[in-house]
Amino acid sequence: MDKIIAGATIHVNEEGYLTDFPQWNKEIGTALAQEADINMTPRHWEVISYLQGEFKAESPLSIRRIGKSGVVDIKEFYQLFPMAPLKTASKIAGIPKPASCI
Amino acid sequence: MSDHNGDIKKMMIILSKATLENVYAAFVLANGARMEGIEAEMFFTFFGLEAIHKQKLEHLHIATVGNPAMHMPTLLGGLPGMEALATHMMKKEMERIDMPDVHEFLDILTASGVKLWACKLAMDMFHYKKEDMYDDIDGVITVGDFYKQGSGVGTHMLFI
Repeated sequence: MDKIIAGATIHVNEEGYLTDFPQWNKEIGTALAQEADINMTPRHWEVISYLQGEFKAESPLSIRRIGKSGVVDIKEFYQLFPMAPLKTASKIAGIPKPASCI
Repeated sequence: MSDHNGDIKKMMIILSKATLENVYAAFVLANGARMEGIEAEMFFTFFGLEAIHKQKLEHLHIATVGNPAMHMPTLLGGLPGMEALATHMMKKEMERIDMPDVHEFLDILTASGVKLWACKLAMDMFHYKKEDMYDDIDGVITVGDFYKQGSGVGTHMLFI
């Protein structure tokens, strides 16, 4: 379905995740973050670009891998994105919802 | 009547067993709750205490006897070394699917905000002291304390 956000039209699935990553830009990310009540800081963006890098490298995301990334530890990850961090951060990053249980 | 919409707000998970398959089930459920933005607290009681006992948590085994899913005759499952072999095989598979070991999993749980409670009665029964347990447990409490922790709308309790 289409969604109009930050002056652009993007394709999202029924849960609000972008289905076409190339449509993503920082303004869209900021607006998606606001919908999740998150004010983006440089620290948030570092984590978002790490997630996008992993997505481009087709490497599956999990809480454990994020803890070992060297970019952010698990505690800080939960502080930056307090509710459902992996899902919320993935949505802001414009990448699919991770299918991980760990 | 309450206007609660039925959402799960908090999972209270009681672990009473120390076989690896049960410990992992409890850990995955607690971690999975946090990943969905649901609060989670764990109560370790009876043999479940071994999952947070410093000297024991690295040496948990899966059950080869009395475990129908092993598809192994009970007599065979009881042979010396059988549990160790099955455990070794399971641990290899777990590493493959990126499952952390017990100690690392406890680190992940506490970093994710899961509260870990040891059961006072079981601690007394096994003569364990708080110092024997994983450093980051939140405390040694009674059943009543644990229920109090779980008060509020949208709390679910799970016994493993």
